[in-house]
Amino acid sequence: MGNGQGPRHRGRDRGARSPQSEPKVLVLPGDEIPDRGLQPGFGTYRVGRRLFVSIMGYATWRDPFVRVVPFAGRYIPKPNDVIVGVVQDVQKTFYLLDIDASRWAPLHTSGTPWEPGPGELDQYLRIGDAVLVAVENLDPTGKIGVTMKGEGLGKLSGGTLATISPAKIPRVIGKAGSMIHTITRLTGTRVAVGQNGRIWVEGTPDGIHRVRECLRIIEEEGQWPGLTERIEGFLQMTGPTDDTGPRPPGPEPVDRTQPERFDEGAPPPDDDPRAPSASPHIPPDETNEGEGPWEA
Amino acid sequence: MSEVVAAEIQTTHIIDLARSGHRLDGRGIDEWRPVKVEPGYIKSADGSALVHIGHTTVLCGVKLEIGKPFPDTPNAGVLTTNAELIALSSPTFEPGPPQPEAIELSRVVDRSIRAAETIDLTKLCVTPAEKCWTCFVDIHCLDHAGNLIDAAQLAALGALTHATMPAKRFGVGEHDFPLEVNHFPVECTFVRLGDKIVADPTFEEEAAGQGRLTVATDEARNVVAMQKGKIGAFSPDEVVETVERAFRHGDRLRSLARGT
Repeated sequence: MGNGQGPRHRGRDRGARSPQSEPKVLVLPGDEIPDRGLQPGFGTYRVGRRLFVSIMGYATWRDPFVRVVPFAGRYIPKPNDVIVGVVQDVQKTFYLLDIDASRWAPLHTSGTPWEPGPGELDQYLRIGDAVLVAVENLDPTGKIGVTMKGEGLGKLSGGTLATISPAKIPRVIGKAGSMIHTITRLTGTRVAVGQNGRIWVEGTPDGIHRVRECLRIIEEEGQWPGLTERIEGFLQMTGPTDDTGPRPPGPEPVDRTQPERFDEGAPPPDDDPRAPSASPHIPPDETNEGEGPWEA
Repeated sequence: MSEVVAAEIQTTHIIDLARSGHRLDGRGIDEWRPVKVEPGYIKSADGSALVHIGHTTVLCGVKLEIGKPFPDTPNAGVLTTNAELIALSSPTFEPGPPQPEAIELSRVVDRSIRAAETIDLTKLCVTPAEKCWTCFVDIHCLDHAGNLIDAAQLAALGALTHATMPAKRFGVGEHDFPLEVNHFPVECTFVRLGDKIVADPTFEEEAAGQGRLTVATDEARNVVAMQKGKIGAFSPDEVVETVERAFRHGDRLRSLARGT
C-alpha cells in the first residue's frame, strides 16, 4: 500500500456494523490506515505523518484513539483489568504471580488485605495458589503491578481454572454479559472471568466440563455469527446439571432487555470486554473502570 | 519464564477427574489423542516426518552424510540424535543452549532407536576406520501440548523408515537406495494422576503428574528402553501393567509410522 488511500476491505461481510460505531476493517501488520484526526492507539504506530498497523485484527476509530482489536495473541495488561494469577514465588514483601503475560507480576503485601510481617507471607498464599487480582499500574519498564484490594478480588479456593485465548474474552462475556450468563445459568456453575484468558469455574464436574466445552466452541468458532445460539443449543442438548434444579418448560427465557445483538461477526464495542460477568467476583463497577487503551 | 507452576486448584481438579475415570478433554484413561504421521514432509531432507498427537506437533528430519567412524568403532557408522525445543512451541521453552528437557528428549529417543537396533550401524560403514555414513536425526518441537517423547520418537521412526541414502551425491554408489530399517520401536508415555495411570498425557496432565513412565517397545514384543521422569513412584505391578498397555498401543503407532 503506502499510497495513503486507507485500508482495503478484505473478504465478504468484513465491514459488519455494530450499532454505535462505524465499520470495522480487517487489517494486517504493515497496512497503512487513516488516522481521521485521532491518536495512534493499541496495535498501531506512526512513521512520520503516516499510520501503520502492527497486529492482525479489526481497526476501530473511536475518539480519541485509532486502535486494532487483535484476533489472537498473548495477554497484554491494561490498568484495572481483572485477571487470574497463580503464585509462582513468595518473597519477603511480595508474591510473584504468573498472569500469562510477558512477565510475572509482583503482588505487594500493601495490595493485599493482610499485614504479614517479613517472611510471614506464606501463611496467606503459597506457591500454586490461584488469586483474582486487578492490574493496578504499568510502569514504563514493563513492570506489572497488581492488587488484591477491590470488591470480589482475593484468593480463589475450590473450583478449577480453564483457559482461552485472551483475544476471545469479549466473546466469552458477550454483550452486557449475555454469553457468560447463558453459560452459568445452563451449567449451574459459578464463574470468574480474567481478562488474561484464565477463567475460574466452580460447580459439578459435569458442569465444569460443559463450561470447558463452551470455551472450546468459542475459541474455535468465536469469529462466526450466531455464537450465542450455538452455545445455547449445545448446552440445552447436553441437558441441565443436577444442581440447576427444575427448569421452566419450553425454551430458556431469553433476556430481551438488551437491544438486539449486533452482528457477532464483528468484534464487540470496546467497552464490551468489561461488561459485567455473571460472577459475584467481578462486580460491574470494578470492571468498568478500565475504559480506554492502556497507553492512555 | 522457564518453568511455570500450575495452579493447585487445576492440578487437584485433574487428579479428581482421573479418580473417576475422566480427563479434561473427555478422553478415557487409556485413550490417545488423534495421531497423524506425515512422512516425507521436508523435501530437502533425506528422510522426514511430521507427527501430530492432538495439538502436539513434532517435525523430524534425517540427514545422511559421509564422515569418519569413531576410533573405537571403526566398523560402524554414526547415529546422532538431537532435539530442539524451539521457544515458539511453548511459553516454557526459551532460546539458548539446550535445556535439560531437550537433552532428556533427544537421549530417550536415541536410546530406543539404538537399543532396538533400528538401523544396523555396521552396514553404514563404507571403508573401515576411514569412511562411514553419519545419520543425523534432528527433532524439532513445533507445538508442545504434552507427550513430546512419544511424538518425537514416532517422528524419528517415521523419518528413518522413509529415508533415502544419497549415495550418488557422495560418490559412494551409482544409485540412491532406501535406508534399511530393521526394527520399529515406538514409545508410550504414561503419567500418574492419583491412583490412575493415564496414557498420552497432555501438557496440563504432565504438569499435574505424579511420576512419568515411558516404555519403548518393538514389533517383536521386546521392551527396548524405558525412562522414568518427574517426582512420583510406580509399584512393580503398575510397571508390569504399564508395559502391557505400551504393547497394546505400540502396534497401532508402529503401523502409523511405517505407513502400512
